[in-house]
Amino acid sequence: MARSVFIIGGSRTPFLKARSGPGPFTPVDLAVQCGRPLLARQPFAADAFDQVMLGCVNVIADEMNPARVAALRLGMGERMVAFTEQVNCGSGMQSIDTAFRYIREGRCDLILAGGTEALSYAPLVWSQQGVRWFAGLATAKGMPGKIAAALKLRPADLKPVIGLERGLTDPVVEMNMGQTAEMVAYLFGITREECDAYAVESHRRLANAQHEGFLKGEVETAFARNGKFYDYDDGVRPDSSIDKLAQLKPAFERPWGKVTPGNSSQITDGASWVIVASEDAVRRHNLTPKAEILDSSWSALDPSIMGLGPVLAVTELMKRNNMRLDDIELLELNEAFAAQVLGCLAAWQNEKFCRQILGLDGPAGAFDRSRLNVDGGAIALGHPVGASGNRITLHLVNAMKRLGKKRGIATQCVGGGLGGALLLEAV
Amino acid sequence: MESRILDLFKDRLIELGPYVSTEPGAGPWKNFRLAKDADGVAWLLFDREGASANTLSAEVIEELDAVLAAIESDRPQALVIRSAKPSGFIAGADVNAFRGASDPRQVETEIGRAHRVVDRLENLGMPTIAVVHGFCLGGGFEIALACKYRIAIDNARFGFPEVMLGLHPGLGGTVRFTRLINPMEAMTLMLTGRTIDARRAKSLGAVDAVTQERHVRNAIKDAVSGKLKRATPAAMSTILSAGPVRSFLATRMRKEAAKSAPIAHYPAPYALIDLWEKHGDDRNAMMSAEQVSFARLMVTPTAQNLIRVFFLREQMKKLAGDDGTIKHVHVIGAGAMGGDIAAWCARQGLHATLADMKAEPIAGAIQRAAELYGKIMRKRIEQRDALDRLMPDMDGEGVRNADLVIEAVPEKLELKQKVYAGVEPRMKPGAILATNTSSIPLQDLRTSLKHPERLVGIHFFNPVSRMQLVEVVSHDGSDSQVLAATRAFVGQIDRLPLPVKSAPGFLVNRALTPYMLEAMVMLDEKVPKETIDEAAEKFGMPMGPIELADTVGLDICLAVGDSLRAKLGDALPPAPDWLRQKVEAGELGRKTGKGFYVWKDGKAQKSKPGGDALLGNATQAKLPPQDEIADRLILPMVNVCVACLREGIVDNADLVDGAMIFGTGFAPFRGGPLNYARTRGVADVVAVLANFSQKYGERFAPDVGWDSFRQDSAAK
Repeated sequence: MARSVFIIGGSRTPFLKARSGPGPFTPVDLAVQCGRPLLARQPFAADAFDQVMLGCVNVIADEMNPARVAALRLGMGERMVAFTEQVNCGSGMQSIDTAFRYIREGRCDLILAGGTEALSYAPLVWSQQGVRWFAGLATAKGMPGKIAAALKLRPADLKPVIGLERGLTDPVVEMNMGQTAEMVAYLFGITREECDAYAVESHRRLANAQHEGFLKGEVETAFARNGKFYDYDDGVRPDSSIDKLAQLKPAFERPWGKVTPGNSSQITDGASWVIVASEDAVRRHNLTPKAEILDSSWSALDPSIMGLGPVLAVTELMKRNNMRLDDIELLELNEAFAAQVLGCLAAWQNEKFCRQILGLDGPAGAFDRSRLNVDGGAIALGHPVGASGNRITLHLVNAMKRLGKKRGIATQCVGGGLGGALLLEAV
Repeated sequence: MESRILDLFKDRLIELGPYVSTEPGAGPWKNFRLAKDADGVAWLLFDREGASANTLSAEVIEELDAVLAAIESDRPQALVIRSAKPSGFIAGADVNAFRGASDPRQVETEIGRAHRVVDRLENLGMPTIAVVHGFCLGGGFEIALACKYRIAIDNARFGFPEVMLGLHPGLGGTVRFTRLINPMEAMTLMLTGRTIDARRAKSLGAVDAVTQERHVRNAIKDAVSGKLKRATPAAMSTILSAGPVRSFLATRMRKEAAKSAPIAHYPAPYALIDLWEKHGDDRNAMMSAEQVSFARLMVTPTAQNLIRVFFLREQMKKLAGDDGTIKHVHVIGAGAMGGDIAAWCARQGLHATLADMKAEPIAGAIQRAAELYGKIMRKRIEQRDALDRLMPDMDGEGVRNADLVIEAVPEKLELKQKVYAGVEPRMKPGAILATNTSSIPLQDLRTSLKHPERLVGIHFFNPVSRMQLVEVVSHDGSDSQVLAATRAFVGQIDRLPLPVKSAPGFLVNRALTPYMLEAMVMLDEKVPKETIDEAAEKFGMPMGPIELADTVGLDICLAVGDSLRAKLGDALPPAPDWLRQKVEAGELGRKTGKGFYVWKDGKAQKSKPGGDALLGNATQAKLPPQDEIADRLILPMVNVCVACLREGIVDNADLVDGAMIFGTGFAPFRGGPLNYARTRGVADVVAVLANFSQKYGERFAPDVGWDSFRQDSAAK
């Protein structure tokens, strides 16, 4: 019989909106900021872990293999094996899934699984032409050769490429992520008004959760060297309204597009960790598990409609575990774009799609919005790509405990055409 | 970070050539070992018997002479000199030998003998190579300078700290160093006593190569074959050493020295400048003049007192011991003191959790820590690691795992006891509970505790990163093991512990309060503040009492003064009413930009003493003489020191002197307040106090402890 795998708890930094230039924390700084208090409150020593796994998409040059750098900076000892995982927006969830599999298989008992991302650190990079010019200059022989090579420079070669923009563009179908959301909106007839209304609700729910203290014990205050501290997700706009959002111009496809900065996830920095443990580890360290990881699933689809990934991954999970939509008591579905979330919900109600793509007997049904992203999502608090999947899993655990729910799924779409989902049961 | 594999190979961490390990082996000498490697290069290993660091004594030098004789007759290809001690090459002279020197001729004879041994090393007819790791100071640096090559490991630090002992280099260092590198740089290093790292030494030309242990053998090969390029003196050096230029530069150096070390109190820098100015172009003359000058300095009261201070520090270090076992400190209260204590602990390699209910003070503490680390830690990675070890802890989770919990919340009994009630049940068995209180007796604080025996006071001074003294406060129910562990902790974080009994103001605050309050009484007598401060600084205090009060904060001075007066009564002058008004008006001193002085960029704006336009000539004429001002400030401090000794608050007079020097900066060249009283004459001090007590009030009444102090001093 497969071994049971538990989530003991976790913590994250506040998600910090990227403003001008690099933010106060690098990816590993973020992981250390929320990792230190998490480790400090455990009844076991930091070196009791077997491994560290950390999702991170944009690794900065000073922090190669951020998982290992974070493990050492967290004082987890020279012998801590640690690796970094990168499946784009799925990285922070992939680390939990990997931990789940390592433990279930019996190779490990206690794993620190996280995700971190500092999108504000996304570099300006030289264009390929610029790099070629520089390489030509460096290898040219003799003064005349150097001068000839130097003269080949064209002003456009020096124009930096914004790394983030490239990172958010699918390299296969050459579509920006926002454009893939436009595509999903088009296919399922999602309107601009529906998107804006969804976004307003996301802000309202996050503001409410902050106000009610639902994020206590989940969000750790982060302290910067300059004497500033950050204790809440600062992208939240409690005063957001449909009227205000209606004034924004489309971000990706003007003038008729539906996806605006107001109904998309925000560009932010943040990190999140969860502690994943075997039954043995729970007993040995006298831990109180919060949830059991029952199953996980990853699916793939056409990158130009990557936003539908969750529909495939979640349906796969439901089939394997004999569940219907109604059996999902809480669903955390990462809000890359309002249009994409609404597209997923619409897909489950679309007879043709459910029969021919999902292989169901008919429409899966309408998912009750009161059980979806109960405390808001990435539209309000941002989407630090490598961290988001970890955050929604951690938050699902905490929300299930708070609301007394038993079964929940955390799922996300992944740029490049993937979807991932974890099925959890509260303990 | 732990490193099991490198631990396994720790014998390889120092390249020892023909030796297998640093374990002492047999040989004809006690402090040296000599062996040849396969290339015929002799390796001389300096491993001073029974010590953890190499120092130079007459005996060591004598033995070195014998070693050199053996090398001269054996004629190896080359000679490598290095230390077998992990701590470094040579830490300098064995200061014990300098203690109590009173006859300059005798010193001259001894230093002359040592000179000849170093010259013998310099004149060996083969390549000589000093391989230097860790500390290379004073006489150690001078030995290295007598070698033809100096190869530095990248952790090496070089310097001439002699000036701190009221001396200058005496083994030919003043000659060799000013000739090896730019003489201005050489003089600056010798005049300030500052140390430099290997990279800086290389760029100055003081070493020929900087490398790692793993390349030492190849570096030596290159030195032996002549492939290693020797550092050459800068082109400017010749010009800077020319006679007229030397005179000009010497004048400038004297001016610069006068700013921090007045010639009346600190003769050594001026002797060094004279030496170079007069003989900078005559090697032999400078060599002999150095010996004369060194011997002359050695017997000055300044040097003897500074040597005394050196041993006071050693004595206090011994009180700390070196077996501290604290790994994790939990500090409660992120105010100015708590935050800085935690930051200092983290900087010293401990894990420090900093607890506060609010994020603002923690954020401020992190900012101050980052700024401090930026100033005192060279590498960004070290700064980052220290900041990683300093963990904000808003939930107080650190308590459970801490070996030591330091409470640094505001000075309110109920508040502190409330904190203890929350903390004590969560502390791990054997952990120490400490308070940074400066005014609440431990006897009151302990009443609510389940384990009062593990409560101890750890009283830091502000700024924590600069004040070396920490008072370790005991009460009558203290566990002696807890006290020992606390002293060891103080040593772990590179501070000096002073054991004191819990009594009002302990030692330092109680002694400093009359110093500051008396100054305020003088202000009432219309003595200008600049005049008061100048008198104290002339005496040798690092800061006059008015400026000190501004620096400490007038609110704090007032609170400490009131609380001490409540307990000690007439031994202190009452705080003037206008001080209260000043505090109420928010004029608190440096921190608010205005107290007695106006403060700009962290500096008090002083007008020239006596030059105050508001003071007519008549007022100036009535001013008491400077000596009397100084006596009124200093002698009450000395009087308190005697009282503390009599009351048994501090164990012995040496500790009182050490504490006052390291805790308040009390004129180090005077060897401490009690040493000052002894030197000046107890009878005289008591007479002046008695006279003042007639003239100015009871507060000057000589303590009844003076009699026994006189007897004890006479017995010494």
